Formats: sequence, C-alpha cells, structure tokens
Amino acid sequence: MSTDGNKKQFWKRNTAKVPGSIQHVYGAQHPPFDPLLHANLIKAGNKPQMIPGGKPKKATTFQEFESITSDAWDVGDDDDELLAMAAQNLNIEVVMETANKVIENHSKQQEKQRQDDADASELEEREEEEAHEEEVEEEEEEGEESTPEVSFASEPSPLGDGRLVKSLSEAPIGSPKDAAGERASLHRQQSLPHRPTIPMVARMADQNTSGTPAMTEREASRLDKFRQVLAGPNTDLEELRKLSWSGIPRQVRPITWKLLSGYLPANTERRESTLQRKRQEYFGFIEQYYDSRNDEHHQDTYRQIHIDIPRTNPLIPLFQQASVQEIFERILFIWAIRHPASGYVQGINDLVTPFFVVYVFEYIKEEVENFDVSSLQEEALRNIEADSFWCMSKLLDGIQDNYTFAQPGIQRKVKALEELVSRIDETVHVHMQQYEVEYLQFAFRWMNNLLMRELPLRCTIRLWDTYQAEPEGFSHFHLYVCAAFLVRWRKEILDERDFQGLMILLQNLPTMHWGNEEVSVLLAEAYRLKFAFADAPNHYKR
Amino acid sequence: MGSDEAYNFVFKVVLIGESGVGKSNLLSRFTKNEFNHDSRTTIGVEFSTRTIQLKGLIIKAQIWDTAGLERYRAITSAYYRGAVGALLVYDITKHLTYESVERWLKELYDHADPHIVVMLVGNKTDLGSERSVPTEEAKDFAEKNGLLFLETSALESTNVETAFHNVLGEIHRKVSSKEVTRGSISAVSLASPIPRAAGDPEEKKPCCKNL
Repeated sequence: MSTDGNKKQFWKRNTAKVPGSIQHVYGAQHPPFDPLLHANLIKAGNKPQMIPGGKPKKATTFQEFESITSDAWDVGDDDDELLAMAAQNLNIEVVMETANKVIENHSKQQEKQRQDDADASELEEREEEEAHEEEVEEEEEEGEESTPEVSFASEPSPLGDGRLVKSLSEAPIGSPKDAAGERASLHRQQSLPHRPTIPMVARMADQNTSGTPAMTEREASRLDKFRQVLAGPNTDLEELRKLSWSGIPRQVRPITWKLLSGYLPANTERRESTLQRKRQEYFGFIEQYYDSRNDEHHQDTYRQIHIDIPRTNPLIPLFQQASVQEIFERILFIWAIRHPASGYVQGINDLVTPFFVVYVFEYIKEEVENFDVSSLQEEALRNIEADSFWCMSKLLDGIQDNYTFAQPGIQRKVKALEELVSRIDETVHVHMQQYEVEYLQFAFRWMNNLLMRELPLRCTIRLWDTYQAEPEGFSHFHLYVCAAFLVRWRKEILDERDFQGLMILLQNLPTMHWGNEEVSVLLAEAYRLKFAFADAPNHYKR
Repeated sequence: MGSDEAYNFVFKVVLIGESGVGKSNLLSRFTKNEFNHDSRTTIGVEFSTRTIQLKGLIIKAQIWDTAGLERYRAITSAYYRGAVGALLVYDITKHLTYESVERWLKELYDHADPHIVVMLVGNKTDLGSERSVPTEEAKDFAEKNGLLFLETSALESTNVETAFHNVLGEIHRKVSSKEVTRGSISAVSLASPIPRAAGDPEEKKPCCKNL
C-alpha cells in the first residue's frame, strides 16, 4: 500500500493500530459525485482505464458504443443512434439541472441552517445524544428540503464548478465531531472523526414526505400538468406514466401511485366502488384468516413477522406506534398466507413502508415521520391499510420468484447484474474479481430489498415513482438501476485494495445524504443502460 | 482494516442461529463496541472485521453475520466455506431458539470444515428473569458435542470479548498444533510470527475469499 501513499485511502485513514479499531468511515471526504464530470468520463469511453495493458478494445462493448455516439456529426439516419443520442442528451439535461440546483440551493442552505436549529430540537423525543444527532441531520435535511424536485430547465449553468458542489457537502453542520464513537445506538455508518455524525436511517422528512415549502414555478407547472391528467373522466395512464417517470409531486403521489399500480381504475366513475370493494375484501381476509395466526401451521409465519416489525423502521417514530405495527403485521400476515409459495420472507416487511408513508401523507399536511396516527380517523387508517396491502401485493406479484424457495429470482438477477457490470465497466468488474468479491455477497440485499437498505426512505419513494412508470420497473428496470448504482461508486471501489475493505464499502455505501438529485442522476444512468441493452439482450449474455 | 495493517492470521468466523437471538448485536458489540436497540433484520449476509492480539500475535477476525431465517439458507450455505470458527447463538429467554441448535449444528457440519471450532452461545443474559434455558443444560449439551460454551449479553457487553477471544484462541491452537495439517483449514493464512512490514499486500495470501 505504500505505493498508494495517503492518496485516496480515506477508508483506512483513521485506523488506529490497536486491536479493536474498526473504521467504517463515511461521509463525502472527497468531492461528491460531480454528475457532469461523470458524464464526461463516460463520454470519453474511459478507454485508458479499461485495460491496464492499454490494448484497444473490441467494438462490441458499451464503452465503444458510447464513444461512437458522442460524435454528433457522425449520426446518420440510423434510428438507434439518434435515440441513443437522445438518451444521452437526457442525461446531460438532468445533469445540468442537477448542477444548477446545487448552485441555486447552496446559498439558500446557509440561511436555512440557522433557522432550523430552533426547529430541530422539537423533532425527536429521544435521548439527548440522539436528539443532537438528529439536529445535525435535520440541518442538512432542511437544506435538501428546500431543493425542489429536479426539473428540466435548460438554462446554462456554471457546470463543473467542483468547488461549489464540494462546498455544499461540506457546509458547516456544527455538531461536535466523533460523537458517533461513543454511542451505542449508532448504526454501522459512522463519520470521520472530524465530520459530524449522520444516522444511517436518514430522516424521511424532506422532499417527498415533508410539509410543503413554497414551490418553484417549474414545480407548480408540473403539478398542474399532473392535475390536468388526473382531472378527466378517464385518466390517460400512458400520459401519467410519462409524467411520473421524472418524479411525482408529493401532493398527487398517493393517487398517482394507486393508478399506476393498477389498483385504481382509470375510469373516474368506477373508482369509489372499486376502492370500497377492495377494502372490504381486505378486511374480509382479516376476519377470515387473522385469528389463525397462532394456529400451529401459521405460528412460525406470524412469529417471524412479529419479531421483524419492530426492526423494520426502528428510527422513525411513526413506526413505533403500536397501531402502525399492528397494521404492518396484518398486512404481512395476510399476504404471507395467501402466497404460500413464498410465505413471509425477511425484506418483504420493508416493502410495505413506502406505500404506507405515501398513503398516510394524503391525509396530513405536516411531515410524516413524527405523525401520530391516532389523530387520524379510524376509517382513514383502515383505508390506508387496505390500500397499502393491495398495492404491495401488486408490486410483489411482479417479483414473486424473488421470494420462493431458494429465491431463484434473486439469484438470476444478481447473475444478470454481474454480466451487465462486466460489460459496462470492466475495470470495476475485474477489480472485484481480483479481490474475490462475489456479487451475491452484497447485491443479494439490493435485489431482496429493492435497494431500500442502501438508500434513505425519501430516495426509495422517489425511485418508486419511476419504477411504477416503467414497465416491469421493480423487476427489470431495477437491474439497470443496480448496475448504475454500483458503477457510480467506481472510484471508491477501485480505491479499495482488499477483500475486507471492498465488502465493508459495498455493504455500507454512503448515501445517507442523498435526495432527489442523486436519484435522478442514477435513474438517468439506468435509463441509458437499459436503452443500450434492452433491445439487444445478447449484449450481456456471454 | 486495510492491508497496511500487519497481521499474522486471518480467521473467518460465522455467526449462526435463529432469527432474533442477537447475532447482529454480538457482531457489532465485538467489532465496534456498539449495541443497537434499533438494528434491522439482517438480509443475506453482513460482514465486519476486528483485529485482536492473542499470545503476542496479531489476528484479524473476519466475521460473517447471517440471516437466521430458513429461506436464506439456500443462499447462505455457501458462506460456510472457509470458515474456521462459528458462534452458534441462541436466546436464553426463548427455548425454541435453543431447540434449533442441533439443526444448526447439522447444517454447519454439512457445509463447513470438519475441524471448525464451534462455540455455543446463550445470549441475552441481561434478561435473566425471563430465562427459559438452564445454563447447566446447555453446558452439558456443549460438552457432549465438543463445543465451547458461554453465556453472553451483547447489550451489557458481558462475555462478548471472551467468547470471540476463546474461539479465536482455540482456532489458533488447532492451527499451530499438529492436530490439523495445514491444508485442511483453508481460510487460515499462515505467516511467520514476526509481524510483517506494512505496505506489502502482494505477499498476503488471499484468504477467507470464497463464500
């Protein structure tokens, strides 16, 4: 390692050479992901990095394809090429927008932080240390909260201003450093000693689940478009999908999710009766089956669910309420016994959460995280429960072989991920092979929990906007998102030079500060990948 | 954690046992001295390391934590490969988790190295008033089956260090005695007892690599 010197070994930087020192140090010590820089690298084909020997690659790789399409004047009438150009342009637009947002919000964030100091303390009723930590995170989250969803304005922005991007992530948070080390309740992710601590399960309350800050013009216009599409007697689902792909304004997310999943019929007139029917059906199941949970043949299922629920969203007060936990238990138990091919599998519990949160949000104006559900009318809560059940069922219908015995769906997808990554970033792939990291060791969780364990909940919610807009979003598009996700960390991955470092990195990726911007960039990347490979499945079958 | 640390051995250890007995918190207590009331269910496998000194040697423990649920065993069974130690954990307040121990042992011996060092661990002694597994009973079982035995509390940090140290010590004893030939404990990388110079990753044999 001496050859690397102190260069980018920040993972190891603060190792004390005494027994018992473990450093999982996370936090953007190095400049955060600069989307434009990244896009440029992809454009350039990354050729120098691909093979150490410097031999030219064969023309069938994705990088080759990329570099070809970057020559605009060579674009002929070939539709594929044109569409690929469009796809790439989409990415650049997103990228520009992202950078733009960052710049816009940097100055806003500075002022906001002082205000939010006052707000933060009332948010949690945890022990003092944690409250303080939440405060820290609250400040950062509030900064992001003021960031509207990514829109596609086309004004130019001073791109590649690494200083500005960098300074956003290093904005003074003001918490004493290293509080993490002493705290028994901290999760795996810790910060570098000189950086403030941010809990792993980041607060939901921003962007997608918080109360509504003032909207930008762009946001307001998007919301209008949604309202128009939703207004007619027969919702144009195709149009709704197109709009939803880039993110759904939180005001219309509940109904949009219900429509996109197929739970709510497009025809407005039929909606009320459908909802009534489905809700009744669900509560019929409860009456019919729920009491059998202590019977011998259902005991194990129920027991497992019962011990998993408290461990589902442990840091979010909303989910510590008994009535909420009971709702989750019922939903999961009923689903499990109605799907005996898989039954209940750990990970499915996580999948209820986004639906529940989004549907609760329909009834309230303030942030969801600390909301006391007993203030809701009973009927409202029942409706939320039933709707969550049905929408979750629909989601799982598309991925059920992820959870049947031996989980063949997951095995297949992890394999496909490996193939895909070997094509799109051979350097990373070879690097992982060299240190004998197997994809199953980290990507199993990515597939089993749909990246929910790797991202803050607010990001999952945004991700699911797109997943529900895409055909086979949760099963097919997710693969490309995982590939884009892995490759997004290529620098950190390549900096790790042993198995252990790689494993710990890959199981603890630093996304706790992520928001809509990061997710949008990720989705744009995934879209490009899917576009490149979806019509040519043989590209990633060896 | 990186290869700029010197060490003599790397031992791969797996934590196994029923869902909810406290494997993840034993891991975090040992590797980070943390206990999370708010830990989530383990999905697939999770991984952590810690380096300790034992008899003047530097030993890196590579510890794998697995999900306890039946469903995952199809995937996690591969994870036994290369393991030289195992902590088989049950919850002293839940007798059912103790009853599964034999099944776990069988799975362990089906997949792991025959010389693997196994410790039976009765966790959650902080909940002594709710105990449903008598210490003596478990101790007898362990003796009869050639297992080490300890009761621990990850919450109060009782006996956690000791448990891991004992397992690692026993592994080292086996490795360095004539009892086992070198090749049979696959994950161990043996080097001279003198700590090697830092910054020389190439000489280190890849170990604990496979799952």
